[in-house]
Amino acid sequence: MTGTPKIELRDVAKAFGPKVVLNGIDLDVGVGESVVIIGGSGTGKSVMLKSILGLLTPDRGSIKVDGEEVVGMGTADRERVNHKFGMLFQGAALFDSLPVWENVSFGLLAEKRCDRVEAKQIAIDKLAQVGMNAAVADLTPAELSGGMQKRVGLARAIASDPEIIFFDEPTTGLDPIMADVINDLIVKVTREVGATALSITHDMASARKIANRIAMLYDGKIIWQGAVDEIDNSGNEFVEQFINGRAEGPIQMAVRA
Amino acid sequence: MNPVQAIGRVFLKFLATTGRLLTFMMLGVSHAVRPPFYPRIIVRQMIDIGYYSLPVVGLTALFAGMVLALQSYTGFSRFSAEGAIANVVVLSITRELGPVLAGLMVAGRIGASLAAEIGTMRVTEQIDALTTLSTNPMKYLVAPRLIAGLLMFPPLVLVADIVGVFGGYLVAVYKLGFNPANYIQNTWDFLTAADVNSGLVKAAVFGFIVTLMGCYHGYNSRGGAQGVGIATTNAVVSACILILCFDYMLTEMFFTKH
Repeated sequence: MTGTPKIELRDVAKAFGPKVVLNGIDLDVGVGESVVIIGGSGTGKSVMLKSILGLLTPDRGSIKVDGEEVVGMGTADRERVNHKFGMLFQGAALFDSLPVWENVSFGLLAEKRCDRVEAKQIAIDKLAQVGMNAAVADLTPAELSGGMQKRVGLARAIASDPEIIFFDEPTTGLDPIMADVINDLIVKVTREVGATALSITHDMASARKIANRIAMLYDGKIIWQGAVDEIDNSGNEFVEQFINGRAEGPIQMAVRA
Repeated sequence: MNPVQAIGRVFLKFLATTGRLLTFMMLGVSHAVRPPFYPRIIVRQMIDIGYYSLPVVGLTALFAGMVLALQSYTGFSRFSAEGAIANVVVLSITRELGPVLAGLMVAGRIGASLAAEIGTMRVTEQIDALTTLSTNPMKYLVAPRLIAGLLMFPPLVLVADIVGVFGGYLVAVYKLGFNPANYIQNTWDFLTAADVNSGLVKAAVFGFIVTLMGCYHGYNSRGGAQGVGIATTNAVVSACILILCFDYMLTEMFFTKH
């Protein structure tokens, strides 16, 4: 990895009241790279993602996008930086008051990059890219299955040709076959758009498929990171336990709250 | 626990909530007056708040006017002051019952639906999604609804005024045997522009309160279906209380002679 990383996190920390969620995260994501963060539920993966997006403000530390500090940025600058982002939400988060095509081209219309006729055409093209036909464009999100909603969410995330795409548990709640379809699409579209990808998941099959590099988050810190083919020989007992899905090991689940 | 401590804690919580609400309000208003505007959403909200509330508000006002005529007849006939019925009906409706009853009914209808809609958008991450799609949720969701509430309540209350007075007329003429021409003349003689105007100013304030409460509680809802339920209840209850509270303050402002 050379040059300025696309995303750079240094010593990022966030606590909610007495509960420390992030405790000094250091992470670099290179240009065009696909990094997957793995970790158990409640280890702060989503909080980290939301901090980069500016939906949450970290208590301390620095987050840089293209070498530009985004923590404490003003609203106008924040919106400019957010133009670089696309995001696929865990539950797809489609706007249920709008038809599918308006969902897909929402960002384009918001930035006034095209008129509504053009926007619909672009939406249909993007839907085709995720393997959906034009007939879907006029349906409402409520008429779609979970897997189809995910695909529409993906089409929406890539619609404005983002430089960075975030995937929040892209396969959660899908059957294994649909999960694999989504994984393939993620690999395909990020390559087509030429985007940098940062994903969070606890689905190892998904992580192996979409990652160049994997980092593991535990107890508010990145405890291991390496190339995807090194994960089976990480030599880290936390990683070993996680990827093999064992209840016994150094990671103690808080079974009782 | 120490009782003083308990009172202090409640008081501090009250101050914190008031502060959060006022900050939210200022932010909403500041987005409502600055471009970009979302005319499509404003129009859709105006239709929802104004047009679709007409049946509810109309029926409420009609029966309020009718019962008012009937009750004041019972009272006034003892003093042979039946002639004052038209006066009582038109003043009560335009000054108080029109705006307040319309406000309370629409608080139930619109306040609840706004809180549930925005609350669901919050818990399903749709509000976060707006931010990632170059759209400010305060500007896209909150500002158009505040504008629509402020604009649509006065015409809605004007309709309520007319229907309410008509309700009083129906009872007075067809049940109590008043002369129609005299009743209308009496109504018209007692009515001043200030009565109607004060009611319409109240209406605009109530419209703002209802939409603000719906948006605020929805926007800050937490934790799934239960959170949305709590937000909906809070939106309606707080809007109703604030309507009655502001009604008193505005009346004091308009009609107390200094």
